[in-house]
Amino acid sequence: MSRIVTGVVLIVLFVAAGIGYVGWRASAADGPTAGPLDLARTGTLLYVDRTSTVRQVARDHPDQVIGSGPTCHRVYAAAGTLGCLRTTGVPMSAELDIYRNGGPSKTLPVWGDPSRVRVSRDGRLLGWTVFRAGDSYMRQGAFSTTAGIFDLRDGTQYGSLEDFAMVVDGKRYASPDVNFWGVTFLSGSTFYATMASKGRTWLMRGELSSRRLTSVRENVECPSVSPDQGRIVYKFRTGDRWRLHVLDLKTGADHPLAETAHIDDQAAWLDDQMIAYGKNDGSGPAIFTVPADGTGSPYRLLAGSSPAPV
Amino acid sequence: MYLSSMRAADSARAGAVKHGLRRGRVPVTVVALGIVSFVTDASAEMITAVLPMYLIYGLGLGYLQLGALDSLYTGATALLRLAGGYAADRLNRPKAVAVAGYGVSALTRLGFPLAGGSLAGISTCVAIDRAGKGVRTAPRDAMITLATPTAELGRAFGVHRALDTAGALLGPLIAFGLLALLPGGYDAVFMVSFCLGAIGVLVLIFFVRQPGRAAARLPALRAGLRVALQPRVRSLVLAAGLLGLLTVGDMFLYVALQRQAGLPTSMLPLLPLGTAGTFMLAAIPLGRFADRFGRWRMFLAAHVLLAGAYLLVAGGIKGWVVAGAVLLLHGLFYAASDGVLMASAGPLVPEELRATGLAVVQTAQALARAVGALGFGIATAAAAARPVFGVFAVLLVAGVFLAARMRGRRS
Repeated sequence: MSRIVTGVVLIVLFVAAGIGYVGWRASAADGPTAGPLDLARTGTLLYVDRTSTVRQVARDHPDQVIGSGPTCHRVYAAAGTLGCLRTTGVPMSAELDIYRNGGPSKTLPVWGDPSRVRVSRDGRLLGWTVFRAGDSYMRQGAFSTTAGIFDLRDGTQYGSLEDFAMVVDGKRYASPDVNFWGVTFLSGSTFYATMASKGRTWLMRGELSSRRLTSVRENVECPSVSPDQGRIVYKFRTGDRWRLHVLDLKTGADHPLAETAHIDDQAAWLDDQMIAYGKNDGSGPAIFTVPADGTGSPYRLLAGSSPAPV
Repeated sequence: MYLSSMRAADSARAGAVKHGLRRGRVPVTVVALGIVSFVTDASAEMITAVLPMYLIYGLGLGYLQLGALDSLYTGATALLRLAGGYAADRLNRPKAVAVAGYGVSALTRLGFPLAGGSLAGISTCVAIDRAGKGVRTAPRDAMITLATPTAELGRAFGVHRALDTAGALLGPLIAFGLLALLPGGYDAVFMVSFCLGAIGVLVLIFFVRQPGRAAARLPALRAGLRVALQPRVRSLVLAAGLLGLLTVGDMFLYVALQRQAGLPTSMLPLLPLGTAGTFMLAAIPLGRFADRFGRWRMFLAAHVLLAGAYLLVAGGIKGWVVAGAVLLLHGLFYAASDGVLMASAGPLVPEELRATGLAVVQTAQALARAVGALGFGIATAAAAARPVFGVFAVLLVAGVFLAARMRGRRS
């Protein structure tokens, strides 16, 4: 009998411990709240903190919190439009929440886990990337990515870039295994993205109006166009490692950045001189900066991920 | 229900009066082991559900590393399963070996937050968790067979597998619910998972009595191997292995079903729930039915149901009705084969080598299925999925006839 009592007591202890921990975390999570986000305030930085909340800080004083916003896994903003890619309560399903002028404007379901989000300079287009595991006959653990673009002005969802016409080295290209990721916008309805197929990757230049993608260069992943539109920062792959490089689109000149670690992020330009990106700092995700010209050294800005300049 | 079955089990434990147990009551050992599996599976599936998100958003590690981690999941446990089974017999302490297996897995839940951003640390936790699962399975199933009168083994395994599957369904719900309540609160997921795992171990320690058995001497390794080579056991292992070879991996089935039936891709993560739900609901009735119908015949019939599911996929008829029918057949296949195979194999193995024998059967089936999935993958790389499913359906039915003949001659 005492055996049963002991067992019951111990089990109750663990039930209480589990409930107690969740209760403590829930009450601790209700910390001091900052004001709303201010997308008109330049010189600031948006990012996702370690509790998946969007925060806005002054770029030069990252400890100075300006505002906080919705729950997201990836965030980007431009011209008053904020794109928030987040998971929902259902496995492998995400949604793209679009906020205009501080209020929610549109929610789009996208199937997969959030990977990248970008907003065009005029705030009209949103590029998203999700990745999916187990949606093909690939071996267990393999994954694929899908990218698309949403036009906020006329409500067109350019479903997936896989439906676009593809041209590689001047020839029409078609393969069932194409994957896209890392949309980044030039002016108008022109954009760049990475396409992968048969173990190769290309930087593709896309045009929404003609629904056409044309290869520009090989081995350029997760591009991000600079504010002056003349360069892109991207991930250069060597074996199983990615290193950040900057490519000059006019001259074709290419150089690695001072960050030598393996980076898996779509880097963001804070301005024409400085790059921000996410990297694990040993305790969790953190945002680092490094000069775009290949000089200097990485600098840890703050804990969090998905840096986006305002 | 709990208390009344407790009393019944007291008599079951006496061993001598085992067969005097009244029909209609499942031994408390079986119910308690089912509860252990229920909370343990909920705990384990919480981790499986959030691990990719934890790596990517919680730690900021990329998804390139995910593949490396996932390959640890498969294989690797085969040898440990045999070792766990043999250790349970050798020490004559199946419960102690099971406690070690469950305990080690529960402790890894605390290892995840301690590992921090180290991928090596997280991989180690996953590997240890899998090792614990490998070690505990055969001793646990052996205890179920030792605690239950032979005539009711099908039902006993049905009860166990129903609870086990219910836990697996509950785990992801808890995990996603916690993350909705506490965005980014992966520590809470690990903590709750650890508490559930610990509760499983406590139920095992305090509410499962190790069933008595006729263990006169310590079996040597050679004796354990000889069991596997006994004609009756050997033919069962070969037959189960043959059918395992002709089984398509579950994920392949779901992907093909989604495509052939024309379902939206977003349905894909939900398809396994159809199988699991059917498995959970049908495990007990089919287990009971197997006790009367014949457990081996039931195991063979299960594969005919599976062949039916493959044929429906090969038929390529679009729509929800076909998809529902395939998932129903797939779930019924599990309900009629998973626990039923153990119930079928148990009585063939002498009590003192029960865990080893069951481990041999499980390992053979698991390895054969891995090879079968590999073969299917190669086949679909060369041909379209629909005809390949048709071929597997035909081969599976042929395999059932062959397996029936193999066993027919032996027994």
